Amino acid sequence: MYVAVKGGERAIGNAHAWLDEARRGDPALAELDVAQVEQQLGLAVDRVMAEGSCYDRGLAALAVKQARGDLIEAAFLLRAYRTTLARFGASEPVETGAMRIQRRISATYKDLPGGQVLGPTFDYTHRLLDFALAAEREAVAPAPEGVADPAPMPRVTELLAREGLMRRESRSDAEPPDLTRDPLNFPVPRAAWLQALARGDEGFLLGLGYSTQRGYGNSHPFAGEIRMGEVTVEFTPPELGFAIELGEIVLTECQMVNQFAGSKSEPPQFTRGYGLVFGHGERKAMAMALVDRGLRAEELGEPVDAPAQSQEFVLYHCDNVEATGFVEHLKLPHYVDFQSELEKLRSLRQEAGQ
Amino acid sequence: MTEASIEAGYNFGYLDENTKRMIRRALLKAVAVPGYQVPFGSREMPLPYGWGTGGIQVTASIIGADDTLKVIDQGADDTTNAVSIRRFFNRVTGVATTEHTAAATIIQTRHRVPEAKLREGQVLVYQVPMPEPLFRLEPRVAETKRMHALADYGLMHVKLYEDIARHGAATTSYNYPVLVNQRYLMSPSPIPAFDNPKLDRMPALQLFGAGREKRIYAVPPWTEVKSLDFEDHPFQPARADAACVICGARDSYLDELIVDDSGKRHFVCSDTDYCASRPPVQDAAA
Amino acid sequence: MSELLTAEGLHLHFGKVAALDDVALEIHPGEVVAIVGESGSGKTTLLRVLAGLMPPQQGQVLYAGEDVHAMGEAARRRLMRSDWGFVHQNPRDGLRLRVSAGGNVGERLMAAGARHYGNIRAEATEWLKRVEIDPARIDDMPLQFSGGMQQRLQIARTLVTRPKLVFMDEPTGGLDVSVQARLLDLIRALVADLGLAVLIVTHDIAAARLLAHRMLVMRRGQVVEQGLTDRVLDDPQHPYTQLLVSSVLAA
Repeated sequence: MYVAVKGGERAIGNAHAWLDEARRGDPALAELDVAQVEQQLGLAVDRVMAEGSCYDRGLAALAVKQARGDLIEAAFLLRAYRTTLARFGASEPVETGAMRIQRRISATYKDLPGGQVLGPTFDYTHRLLDFALAAEREAVAPAPEGVADPAPMPRVTELLAREGLMRRESRSDAEPPDLTRDPLNFPVPRAAWLQALARGDEGFLLGLGYSTQRGYGNSHPFAGEIRMGEVTVEFTPPELGFAIELGEIVLTECQMVNQFAGSKSEPPQFTRGYGLVFGHGERKAMAMALVDRGLRAEELGEPVDAPAQSQEFVLYHCDNVEATGFVEHLKLPHYVDFQSELEKLRSLRQEAGQ
Repeated sequence: MTEASIEAGYNFGYLDENTKRMIRRALLKAVAVPGYQVPFGSREMPLPYGWGTGGIQVTASIIGADDTLKVIDQGADDTTNAVSIRRFFNRVTGVATTEHTAAATIIQTRHRVPEAKLREGQVLVYQVPMPEPLFRLEPRVAETKRMHALADYGLMHVKLYEDIARHGAATTSYNYPVLVNQRYLMSPSPIPAFDNPKLDRMPALQLFGAGREKRIYAVPPWTEVKSLDFEDHPFQPARADAACVICGARDSYLDELIVDDSGKRHFVCSDTDYCASRPPVQDAAA
Repeated sequence: MSELLTAEGLHLHFGKVAALDDVALEIHPGEVVAIVGESGSGKTTLLRVLAGLMPPQQGQVLYAGEDVHAMGEAARRRLMRSDWGFVHQNPRDGLRLRVSAGGNVGERLMAAGARHYGNIRAEATEWLKRVEIDPARIDDMPLQFSGGMQQRLQIARTLVTRPKLVFMDEPTGGLDVSVQARLLDLIRALVADLGLAVLIVTHDIAAARLLAHRMLVMRRGQVVEQGLTDRVLDDPQHPYTQLLVSSVLAA
């Protein structure tokens, strides 16, 4: 036994050295700079910040580099770091209505105050591999810049609500639960599931959101509005008693407009599904909004029978750090359990044979 | 053929000839069995699923160098997705494009049927997100296939019955299901119910492509297309009760625009070509 | 009178267990036939085979002279929507729980081609009355109904198109005794009124006596005794039938 343990230590040491070498790749090539990751793989950094639930572009870029581009591993690294940080307090709620818009689109109105702003999007690009990007390039010409529309950008959902066509959300100033401090206690309020979805796995939520579009939990969604840009983060230190600006973060917000058949006590109207994520994460914000609306089925008196409508199913399985840990734990030794299964199976087969 | 104008390295129409042939075979079957969803080997396209890959594959399979293509989205030629798809065909076929409904031989559309009557010889290609008209009632495809095979559409009528019992009228406003040639229940794609009557006995060939769901279906010229209803609650196409602020039309489908922060609204024709073909409203009269 | 449905030489084995062992029967128009036996005797399997829901390994089932298992699924489903009806033990298997009571009754009418909303609603209202459900509840969901009401709704939904032959699988199975009696009375009245032929599977001898003209006693996949209901119950010949009858009397 003693020898086996020492062998394990050496094996781990060697494996980690190999990992380091593999991460570095061909030493004849320049090493990737964390700043390059942060600048040129910005959407990977955004995804890691969202799923790592820690807004720090530099740390997220470092995590991407360290994880060799494995984004779930990177989110895991970032979360493990985040948990070591002392918490000074919570920011004031951010106001996405006052967002400095980089992108804002509505699929429900052709034109609306503030207009449609496409921003830096893959939409409407033809997905043809651009071999020019494989070669060294001259400096990229700056994109033409329009004059920003100074008009405020009202939310589509608010315009509908004023007409009575959109169900109002109940307002609450109560302190929301914090799922990084308190375990989910089912059934959970919407504030708790929105937190879980905001840091949930993009792929999982994408698949669930997609399933609601294909009949597994009908939600009849329209993308009422998607907006992405900077919002100001404010904090009120107890010793000052008033809010001070800490800085700006980029957020993506999606408000889905969904049909609602009405109930005995309410007329038919639209309802909303809400998505909000760190960084530029449009696919995630949209998927989150679809799943949020799915999870509201019970509140709205709709049948609850699809996976995306089940709180426990969605929330217990959307966290990729938890999920990857448990799936991958199957790699750990299970010699003892397996041995007992072996013995049991042999004895059962022997009985059956008699 | 204007080979010179085609994107280097790509076949005319982007798809290779064998793929086009496969799709044309599916189209022939679809035309032979109106309203029946024909499975086909949908290919990965350079545009995202749900953005028109079915319609694009259909158009790419039937388009020839002599065709004139019009692409609309929400009725308009200038919407971003229409611009993108028109550009794509321009790159990979070099065929002439037009914004005039009457001048087009192929019209690819998302969510609308042009206001102008189409004629024999024209082809209307619909982009279809969900080809299965029953999917909201029965998400299992194996089960809906059986329902189509047996023409077992009682469930669809139950939905209509329930709508009327609860709300006094059908609650479906777009993608309103139709019965084709008195046999197959079909999704007309998410066009407003207002457009449904145009499908009935249309002189043009109507082709429907669903890329992500890998289905093609068709309505041959002059085929009966009936919107589901009850004798005592007949199908009623609806539009906003307003006139277009540009051309004054009261017979066309309208887009609602929010023009200021207080929620003031204007209505304009969703079919931009139709609107432009009409004399503008005099300012005095507006 | 010629037979509506006949079966002969039915065999079906699950592994070593014989669910059907050379079973034959016939049913005439307007006749109520009960199949009784303990659970595991093969009676529910027999009902499913007769209704075309499960193929036998040997033998055939003829409906109006046509082989039920040789016809295509389309023809069999058409039969199920028109000439036949099936009442499940659990009403949830025979109802759409998220469709209103009226929609449940109307579905069969619509499947048969009815396209007049007003007429469908009138017919549904009439049928709710016939099965003693308050017509004011026509727009309520069956989920809000008691078990007995759900079962009566299932019967209305099945009978609305006036089928010729109805299969019933323990229709009073999951209900309280008091509710069972009321339901049996209702079934008896409707069957007589409409002149239906009914094949009913039950382990309840009292129910069989109340409803059936004839009965078959099954044990281990075999029909051990059959005849007119009164004769079988008053003068049972087979020891197993004697045991069944006496256990009811003792209970």
